[in-house]
Amino acid sequence: MDKKYHVISTLVENKPGVLQKVAGMFNRRGFNIDGITVGVSEVEGLSRMVITVHADRKGLEQVTKQLNKLVDVVKIKDITKNAVKRELCLIKVHVPNEIARAEIMQYTNIFRANIVDVTEETLIIELTGDMEKINAFISLLKGYGIKKISRTGLTAMARGV
Amino acid sequence: MRGGEAIIESLKNMGVKTIFGYPGGQTIPFYDMLYDADLDHILVRHEQCAAHAADGYARASGKVGVCLATSGPGATNLVTGIATAYMDSSPILAITGQVPTHLIGNDAFQEADIIGITMPIVKHSYQPKNPDLIPSMIKSAFEISASGRPGPVVIDVPKEVQEGELSKFDDSLIDTPGYNPTTKGNIRQIKKALDLIRQAKKPLILVGAGVIISGACRELKELAYTINAPVMSSLLGKGAFDETDDLALGMLGMHGRKVSNDSINESDLLIAIGIRFSDRTTGRLDSFAPDTKVIHIDIDPAEIGKNVDVDLPIVGDAKNILGSLNKLLNDYTVSDDVNAWTDMIKQRKQDLLPRVTYDDVPLKPQTVIKEISEVLTPESILTTDVGQNQMWAAHFYDTQRPRKFISSGGLGTMGFGFPSAIGAKVACPDDPVVSINGDGGFLMVCQELATVREYDIPVIAVVLENRTLGMVYQWQSLLYNERHSQTLLGNSPDFVKLAESFGVNAVRITKPGETKEALSSAIKDNEPILLDVVIDSEEALPMLPPGAGINEMIGEYKLEKDVI
Repeated sequence: MDKKYHVISTLVENKPGVLQKVAGMFNRRGFNIDGITVGVSEVEGLSRMVITVHADRKGLEQVTKQLNKLVDVVKIKDITKNAVKRELCLIKVHVPNEIARAEIMQYTNIFRANIVDVTEETLIIELTGDMEKINAFISLLKGYGIKKISRTGLTAMARGV
Repeated sequence: MRGGEAIIESLKNMGVKTIFGYPGGQTIPFYDMLYDADLDHILVRHEQCAAHAADGYARASGKVGVCLATSGPGATNLVTGIATAYMDSSPILAITGQVPTHLIGNDAFQEADIIGITMPIVKHSYQPKNPDLIPSMIKSAFEISASGRPGPVVIDVPKEVQEGELSKFDDSLIDTPGYNPTTKGNIRQIKKALDLIRQAKKPLILVGAGVIISGACRELKELAYTINAPVMSSLLGKGAFDETDDLALGMLGMHGRKVSNDSINESDLLIAIGIRFSDRTTGRLDSFAPDTKVIHIDIDPAEIGKNVDVDLPIVGDAKNILGSLNKLLNDYTVSDDVNAWTDMIKQRKQDLLPRVTYDDVPLKPQTVIKEISEVLTPESILTTDVGQNQMWAAHFYDTQRPRKFISSGGLGTMGFGFPSAIGAKVACPDDPVVSINGDGGFLMVCQELATVREYDIPVIAVVLENRTLGMVYQWQSLLYNERHSQTLLGNSPDFVKLAESFGVNAVRITKPGETKEALSSAIKDNEPILLDVVIDSEEALPMLPPGAGINEMIGEYKLEKDVI
């Protein structure tokens, strides 16, 4: 069966060990987590965990059911199809000369990214977007020499009411 | 009231009379409070056996079994027992001591992160950080452990929490919004099951432990009789349906009864109830009932479609679902096709009854199990260890009632048989309890002979002595060119002297008829005893080799009808 990326949004109890339980379950059942982001939610005592996983239909079904079995997991939704997906990425790029600096600043504008730190030889750029946009930006900067990349992993929210 | 007293009080409130445990540094406060308490404690001789005894207690009684160990090594010694209970959906509560809160994370003496270690093998776990939380946590632990699909729960209690004073005893359940097991089956799905049953010409029923756990045995019998369908079971499903009944075919699987393994793929409808289709039950999946429609009834939605593709899933409690199904079936009449199928299967069952009659010396294990069957009453409890002894017991012993056949199925834990029998006997003191062990597994837990002696727990330990690690030996004989690597146990120990050194009576049995005689008098004497039964080390059950389909057994299946 075809493996695809799925974005699963879960509401979990905000207790110690919950992240470990969720991550451990994926590992134990033989699934790789591609990304996981956690933060407090609109409900007190509950956190929202957005998990990106690469799985086929049967695998996804098993993952969802096993997640549901964890006592600390309150709610699960597959929001792959209809969601706003965003990731934050910080990139430290090498600036060899003035021409390069101008080009990089131009790309930054086009991608609606921000320069958040400047030295004579480097820039740190902050970019938000879906995975494709961030990958595209990174590949544009590769030629200048990327020193560091720090990505948050995907967070997402279903569209509409 | 202090934390340790709150543990005792809470356990008593939950109806607990006996716990199984072993003290240590971080549980001294608890044990000091237990000294004056009205709660029985059985001091096992190894923590693993406390967990197995709690498990045996739970499986025999249906109530939560409780075990207790200290921090660090005490707690890690429980792990095998907790994993055993997890795999077989057995409700146990494991209470562990922990180093004082201010030392957690400092690699303190006898510190182990037991919550982290047991995370993948528990249903849930708690660590009270102050004594006020203890009553709620224990009550919630019982609730979670026993409800839905049961499983083990760990409560890890730091030492100073055991000693601290409670400000109030509040045992209200902890809110768990993420835990809502589905118990009632969807009525539309149940009606669809009715249609499939009406269309079926060759129905079969396959049952697992879920039927026993949910207490659905009466409903199962009604269903089987109403639709006239033969019933087979998994290892842990033994006893869900009376195996002496005409409709009972016996265990299915790697070492299953030939009639079950041969017939399953001929069926056109399989009603699977409370079973998780383990690889040991199904054999290779793509040749398991390929042309059969499957109805799968289980309380755990994650089991549906995990291994076997299902045509009709019904999630919920088996008793509830079968009750509704039986009501819908009240005007059902069995078709001639179904009657012809079931008559054919019943005849096949008679033709394929496995051979148990031998007069060989050394004894054939079949004869030993047969003689045990002849002595035991339906209410007697049989526990098994793991390996050949387990499969012989499962194959040749007809279990008539639920909770009377206790065995480590999923994890296959050697050393389970004897301590689980201790727990079963504590749960059901009026029923004879016999544990069937191999010599390998028994030696892993033989120190519990001291426990049965000290507490006068009259379990009967049968040791099938073939001086090999029989199951692995058998695989090596069949699949590894008889290279018996590390499976020969030699001549030590003398099991009779071993038992006697603990003050436990023992009898060596070598000839047909002696098992029956010794077992009868052991039940009469109501004393702990060891029966050391010397058996033929070359005897092996036919089996499915790895990767084989359910009807591709190798090895000769000897038949009772061929006995001259």
